[in-house]
Amino acid sequence: MTGAEAAAPDGYLLEARGIVKRYGHVQALQEADFDVLPGEVTALVGDNGAGKSTLIKILSGTVQPDAGKIRFEGHPVTIHSPLDARRLGVETVYQDLALAEDLDPAANLFLGRELLRPGVLGMVGFIDKRAMRGRASESFRTLGIDLQDMDAEVGMLSGGQRQTVAVSRAATWASRVIFMDEPTAALGVVQAERVLELVRRIRESGKSVVLISHNLPQVFQAADRIQVLRLGRRVAAFRAEEVTMDEVVGAMTGAAEEG
Amino acid sequence: MVRERRPLDRRELTRHPEEGGWGARSGLVRLTAATSTWIFLVLVVIIAIFSILNFDAFASVFNLRNITIDASSLVIVAVGMTFVIITGGIDLSVGSVLVFSQVVAALVMRGMGAEGMAVILAGLGSALLSGLVWGLLNGVLIAKTRMPALIVTLGTLGMAQGAALLLSGGINIRRAVPTELVTTVGIGRLFGQIPYQVVIAAGITVIGGILLHLTRFGRHTYAIGSNAEASRRAGINVAGHLIKVYAMSGVLAGMAGYLLLARFTTTTIEGHGTTNLQAIAAVVIGGTSLFGGIGTVFGTVVGVFIPSILRNGFIILGVEPFWQQVAVGAILILAVYVDQLKRRARERK
Repeated sequence: MTGAEAAAPDGYLLEARGIVKRYGHVQALQEADFDVLPGEVTALVGDNGAGKSTLIKILSGTVQPDAGKIRFEGHPVTIHSPLDARRLGVETVYQDLALAEDLDPAANLFLGRELLRPGVLGMVGFIDKRAMRGRASESFRTLGIDLQDMDAEVGMLSGGQRQTVAVSRAATWASRVIFMDEPTAALGVVQAERVLELVRRIRESGKSVVLISHNLPQVFQAADRIQVLRLGRRVAAFRAEEVTMDEVVGAMTGAAEEG
Repeated sequence: MVRERRPLDRRELTRHPEEGGWGARSGLVRLTAATSTWIFLVLVVIIAIFSILNFDAFASVFNLRNITIDASSLVIVAVGMTFVIITGGIDLSVGSVLVFSQVVAALVMRGMGAEGMAVILAGLGSALLSGLVWGLLNGVLIAKTRMPALIVTLGTLGMAQGAALLLSGGINIRRAVPTELVTTVGIGRLFGQIPYQVVIAAGITVIGGILLHLTRFGRHTYAIGSNAEASRRAGINVAGHLIKVYAMSGVLAGMAGYLLLARFTTTTIEGHGTTNLQAIAAVVIGGTSLFGGIGTVFGTVVGVFIPSILRNGFIILGVEPFWQQVAVGAILILAVYVDQLKRRARERK
């Protein structure tokens, strides 16, 4: 443990302790710890198979842990489903984006949360397309996304544009934490830069972001703290400004422990 | 931004050249992109040709009334099928469920003495309930066991057909339909002009269209067909929604069966072997994607009328009506091909 306690004072927003997850004989997580401070960008890094995705799936409610404790704002919680996570103010941008490609950006922003028309029409389930459209463009504007065509189905957009729709959706609904699973992996340099810019804006609004990434330069560019998973365990936690890339790589590969 | 070299497609032409810009596609491009729009033009052209070649016979009130009456029951079934296919599913059982519902309704009405309002309503209720039960069975099996809809509804196709034959003894049930029902819903006309069969089918179509395009139920139907996993993560009750959609398809098949019973005063046990395929063809011709996520009720109505108007027009013109099957088959393939082109264009992204 490279000074996790020293690097992280108390007052965690989200705190996971001793998380265990097995898939058959494979132990994806072996008593992994993880924590998020309010208003910070926390990067979760590690080699392939280190357990990053599993940990995020557990914290966002799509996978159930075999053991371990999760605290949210100091209170013990159980997250049985994405709805549970949502109630805590936690949203996730999945690596596959989880967008309905045949629907437009506004419909995707309000997926599963459709606004209903006022009055009787709303009571029988009529949706308020205009209001959703309006609030969606407002959200995009707030995040600095230039959306000229709100009618294009999401499948017709470029990879970067789709990514911004998915991130905007999470940012619109999350009140506390946004998990982002490899948000820049499929993007070119310019588009990745835009997504990192979005991450900064979200942070400025006081929300926490958890960034899973392979890309260490980007991690150093965006993160306040860096936590390293290796073989299903957290092996290091740093403040980004107090560590070098070599030290992080050392923790990821295990070279630090051997040396 | 470095772009791979590849053939220019429509999106390149319609997107703002600046990388990351959200170019507005022109209204014309969007209009022509909608399959239901160009298939509607095909219908208009077909009607125009038949009208020019033999206006008096084709465009007569008598003939148009016949076309719309004949199309009514198929439209009702196809509206339910539209929802099913938009979720990415299929319902092969509709023809058998239609027949089963007819047989049950006929038996109920005959058992009650075959006259009077109570009998009429009991017949309607039993037809709808029969459809509901088969639809629920389809929906629960598909949503809860995750078996392919193709297999589940192929199974219930056989089960409903067999059950209908068992209940009826394999013989069509006659003299079971109240006269009042025949003279009104069966062959009666609103204001002496519009057949009630057509009025009812139009009403169901409009309600179906509103449900699909303006309500949360419809939005979730598209979302599930577009990306079921994303819908689940977004908190939509995917299994529950699928059950409702298949139940609706079953109920509408029951409704169609009841209307045919009222019109012909007899069950039509052997008459619906291809109703499922006709409904699916109509939905697909109308621009609904077999892969789910895309489709309109309007397109489905057009897709029902193209085959029926072709058949009618060929008969009037003295062309061998078998050509209709050839033409409809070709249009069906064309419609699916256009859908494929759109999908492929998008996947290149």
